[in-house]
Amino acid sequence: MAGKLLVGLTLAAAAGIVLAAGADLGQAEKQAVNWTAIGMFGAFVAFTLWITKWAAAKTKSAADFYTGGGGITGFQNGLAIAGDYMSAASFLGISAAVMASGFDGLIFSIGFLVGWPVVTFLLAERLRNLGKFTFADVAAFRFQQTPVRMFAASGTLVVVAFYLIAQMVGAGQLIKLLFGLEYWIAVVIVGGLMMVYVLFGGMTATTWVQIIKAIMLLGGATFMAVMVMAQFGFSPEAMFAKAVEIKTGIAASAGKSPEEAAKAGFSIMGPGGFVKDPISAISFGMALMFGTAGLPHILMRFFTVPNAKEARKSVLWATTWIGYFYILTFIIGFGAITFVLTNPQFLDAKGGLLGGNNMAAIHLANAVGGNVFLGFISAVAFATILAVVAGLTLSGASAVSHDLYATVIKGGKADAKAELRVSKITTVCLGIIAVLLGIAFEKQNIAFMVSLAFAIAASANFPVLLMSVLWKGCTTKGVVIGGFLGLVSSVALTIVSPAVWEVTLGNPKGSAWFPYASPALFSMTIGFVGIWLFSVLDGSKRAQVDKAGFLAQQVRSETGIGASGASGH
Amino acid sequence: MDTTLVQRIAAHPSYRELKARRTSFGWWLTAAMMVVYYGFILLVAFNKPLLASRLGEGVMTLGMPIGLGVIVFTVVITALYVRRANSDFDRLSDEVVQAVAATAPSVKGASK
Repeated sequence: MAGKLLVGLTLAAAAGIVLAAGADLGQAEKQAVNWTAIGMFGAFVAFTLWITKWAAAKTKSAADFYTGGGGITGFQNGLAIAGDYMSAASFLGISAAVMASGFDGLIFSIGFLVGWPVVTFLLAERLRNLGKFTFADVAAFRFQQTPVRMFAASGTLVVVAFYLIAQMVGAGQLIKLLFGLEYWIAVVIVGGLMMVYVLFGGMTATTWVQIIKAIMLLGGATFMAVMVMAQFGFSPEAMFAKAVEIKTGIAASAGKSPEEAAKAGFSIMGPGGFVKDPISAISFGMALMFGTAGLPHILMRFFTVPNAKEARKSVLWATTWIGYFYILTFIIGFGAITFVLTNPQFLDAKGGLLGGNNMAAIHLANAVGGNVFLGFISAVAFATILAVVAGLTLSGASAVSHDLYATVIKGGKADAKAELRVSKITTVCLGIIAVLLGIAFEKQNIAFMVSLAFAIAASANFPVLLMSVLWKGCTTKGVVIGGFLGLVSSVALTIVSPAVWEVTLGNPKGSAWFPYASPALFSMTIGFVGIWLFSVLDGSKRAQVDKAGFLAQQVRSETGIGASGASGH
Repeated sequence: MDTTLVQRIAAHPSYRELKARRTSFGWWLTAAMMVVYYGFILLVAFNKPLLASRLGEGVMTLGMPIGLGVIVFTVVITALYVRRANSDFDRLSDEVVQAVAATAPSVKGASK
């Protein structure tokens, strides 16, 4: 289950885009209690709690809570963004996908990277210049606050909910596997720790948890990749040749003729079944590319830096680290072919990986670095989940306290103390809900959830942000109706797609109404056209105000004049 | 910001230059990124044998350097934008801020 699930988390194992990795995963058995891993993880937790204590002393105002006071440097923020974005699912799932099908794993990871330049070119600086705490600040800048904030808060909470459930279930399964703990205990630990980080340390603690996790993950993955490459004298050709030889051998021992086996072995060097129909491939690519630019917990990170210059520097650092990370996971995947698939110690009776394919990177850690390094990588995987869920929770809490409570309910006149209190109460509620949902979804197939989160972000949040920032003719009515159309259509099309309709809901194969793997190509179009159409048709008084406000917004978004600077220093 | 100040900034030549240059540069680079990424995806969809063709005697295929190339391109194109923004765009934006600050001392730029 965990195996299937984790690959699914990242791989959107839906019709049309199915990686072989998803097909043959075994049941994730609870492993023996791993004390080295637990010890390492305990050390990480102790250290991050100490940081939280330090951050708590600095977290007094709402600005401290939401943005760490806005004094984080571009380099630090870049690492934190990378820490927010590189999930355990992408580390374990992508290396497993590369081990299973080679080149296809690379195609998949590239999709997760290509959204970052778009964020840099079109949004990062303008976001920083216009916003204060949440992306709704930007989306609602010149519009009527209540409806736009309500849309933005819905967009945020829906994306956060799907992403969070996926992470919680993944955490429970992973920890069961790595640490030998019960599923529910693992989920409670993750929920509890994330609540402590966010509740007491706000954005400052969350940022540092993400930075430390990013350094640990990049460091650990670099060590593994270097150890693998060193075995082949740092020659990619030698590594690929050995991997092809091993894959050929496996195919031959499965009873294939020598020609067929050679073909199967060589198949890891080129594209396989990942891209079946071009529409699914493009639609899925759009969800990943533009979804990145609409993820609320990522967008929020741009308000933690003092100005536009640091905002653009942070994306460059983030892109660099994330790109580097995907190159590492590619090498790690090939390392797993050469060191793990050949070692009976890591294989079960049928020749599959102990604990499922997602254990590829974990077994490789053992193979190249022994038991202590295995413990380290297991602890890193756990830390990774914590960092991601803390960022998500903070983003959800801000949407409730800053957008719904302070702006919609209190009409922008909320007392700062009360607003901070609401965000803390929301954090606790979100933590409890996340734990309960995590337990409720234990046995469900939730492979679609991360790709759904990306599709919603691409179809609702991104069009609204882009149009409100760059198009003068955009009106309140346009963004609210268009945004909700994007949101509803992406969710609806996902429900009637094969991944949910057939796999999760158990309807007969072929009965799904929507044949493609991702709705983004269609729902994004619906979102953009909706915003355009309802803005053009909008003849209300408010529309005049909305358009008249564009010049002032544009001046501020381009120059930063009037932007909220680094506060709280 | 009051309306007259906004209009004065909007009319400033440095501001107009900044806005025009950044917007067109941003869209051009976005288009370049989309061409490279969707070009790669379409290549995967329609010409698998090309990507799986061997480069030499060994097992290395054309797809490997192309795939790696897309990753490197993504980072490089981002760096390209940031480099130009750090010099060109920041200079223009500073000019605007200074011109405005000379007449309206309360304005403080957030671009630096």
